Amino acid sequence: MSLLSFEKKYRVRGGTLIGGDLFDFWVGPFWVGFFGVTTAFFSILGTLLILYGASLGDTWNVWRINIAPPDLSYGLGFAPLKEGGLWQLITMCAIGAFGSWVLRQVEISRKLGMGLHIPFAFSVAVFAYITLVVIRPLLLGAWGHGFPYGILSHLDWVSNVGYQFLHFHYNPAHMIAVTFFFTNAMALSMHGSLILMATDPRDGEKVKTGEHENTFFRDDIGYSIGALGIHRLGLFVALSAGFWSAICIVISGPFWTKGWPEWWNWWLELPVLN
Amino acid sequence: MRQIRLRATATAALLSGLILTGCDTPPVESVQRGYRGTGMELIASPDDLAATVANNQVPEPQPPVPAVGPKAADIYQNVQILGDLSVGEFTRLMAAITQWVAPEEGCNYCHVAEGFQLDTKYTKKVARVMIAMTQRANADWGDHVGNVGVTCYTCHRGNNIPEYVWAQDPGQAHAAGIMTASQNIASEAGVYSSLPYDPFTAYLDGAKEDDAALPWRVAGNTALPNGNRSSIKQTEWIYSLMMHFSDSLGVNCTHCHNSRAFYDWEQSSPERVRAWYGIRMVREMNHEYINPTTEWLPEHRKGPLGDALKVNCATCHQGAYQPLLGANMVKDYPNLARYTLAKKAQPMDDADASEADQPAANSAPASASEAF
Repeated sequence: MSLLSFEKKYRVRGGTLIGGDLFDFWVGPFWVGFFGVTTAFFSILGTLLILYGASLGDTWNVWRINIAPPDLSYGLGFAPLKEGGLWQLITMCAIGAFGSWVLRQVEISRKLGMGLHIPFAFSVAVFAYITLVVIRPLLLGAWGHGFPYGILSHLDWVSNVGYQFLHFHYNPAHMIAVTFFFTNAMALSMHGSLILMATDPRDGEKVKTGEHENTFFRDDIGYSIGALGIHRLGLFVALSAGFWSAICIVISGPFWTKGWPEWWNWWLELPVLN
Repeated sequence: MRQIRLRATATAALLSGLILTGCDTPPVESVQRGYRGTGMELIASPDDLAATVANNQVPEPQPPVPAVGPKAADIYQNVQILGDLSVGEFTRLMAAITQWVAPEEGCNYCHVAEGFQLDTKYTKKVARVMIAMTQRANADWGDHVGNVGVTCYTCHRGNNIPEYVWAQDPGQAHAAGIMTASQNIASEAGVYSSLPYDPFTAYLDGAKEDDAALPWRVAGNTALPNGNRSSIKQTEWIYSLMMHFSDSLGVNCTHCHNSRAFYDWEQSSPERVRAWYGIRMVREMNHEYINPTTEWLPEHRKGPLGDALKVNCATCHQGAYQPLLGANMVKDYPNLARYTLAKKAQPMDDADASEADQPAANSAPASASEAF
């Protein structure tokens, strides 16, 4: 079996988590499965609700469409549909769709007989989203602390939430997250350039092997993490970036209410520095 | 191996314990300050709010006295700005000021036994300037102080010198050759950030907005940086001052601004207008009232660079979005909210008094009126 053809391993019965054989069939190239059905249900419903919400707004400009969470005064209760209730329903649909997709990835991983790396990795992204719209609002006591759904409006929210803590760059978890994001970008670019170098040789030269790649980095920085290692490292830095992003926002408010620069006063107050 | 792991665990526990000290825990209080979903909110810990309430209690007012009877200017000598008060009101105000500013030292903090009219002590001359400044704030700066107004207690809170004042900051000693650029150390003015540590001299001194050493407005008013030549460093100066604004009021940037467009008044809260007047009021206080005292203030009442101790947002606000959480003390002391110059001028008793002559309280200082 060629390396890139998983069709034979994929087109097997079983591996389902729920529903047994019920949805264990293919539509064209796509496997359906119970969680495929729930994914389709939640994502179609959620998208329609977003379209309905957009129709209530004052613009069809795709950048400016905004579906805002409820006022803080609604606390953790339901808000009227047009005053944030839509946001609450769309949030439920989003979590339903994202969660279904994670479980669908588990089922497909089981069919392929491989590890759960992919659903685990995607779970970190889903966890970051749930942190923003469920965990932090729960800790703060109102759904209104979630971010609005809109391309520009959610960026405005990020900006203002940052300024709620005067200077967000002093948030220690934000520092860690940003460092992981940059490290991720650097590792990916180094890896990508290495692969291009090896697989796209000059005219008349042959495609290079893994040993050539290792030699390049051993010459360059004294160490080569290796073909498998770079993917483990990539997974680690990428997931850490998402994980610490979730941490940096969940501590802002529930566990720290002042300006972030002030948090560092524990450092200024260290006995050894005084 | 196990020992190393144990030691690592202990160190990690110690470190995280250290770092988590002083962290808040849910539930917290939150206030919505803009349209839902804009993130214009204030989040505060209940402990901090309780502390703010405790720090902003108002003392019992002195028992009221009638405004009738002989005027202070006719009975006492050298009453320069409170002459229009009745003797009863005058004495009551003196008692209140003693309670507010010098509760331990009493009358002798300003007056001398040889004669209460004498301007022997600098503190008496300072008090006169401060009363004039207070009357000016209440009478003409309603756009900032509202109907609540200010009294001596708003800033002094029983202290001779208000707890929060500022003077030009020479910065910390540092090795030669290190370029600090007036920043890059933990700055109390910039709320412990590494932003410039003395934004007050740059922005809150001088009569007019143009007198500021650096531009106030650095944000562009277009999406792309068309022609905006403001630098990051200029931005950091005003950022530092704005940090002080936030901290002084116990709020954050979104109290006044929608950060998607800091410059835009349409998207800002009404409080930004109040702050706009506050900036001009503070600058006038520093320039018209406090700076002229530098000539005769004793050295120990000056900052490290020899300038007088001046006013900023924290001087009155002291961590509350409204000083004393909006308690109205002026209603009990209406004479601090009007100009009380005696109807007919009193002859001065000594040379000192005429030297200490203050800007005529009844007329707005010329330069300050330009600042409107």
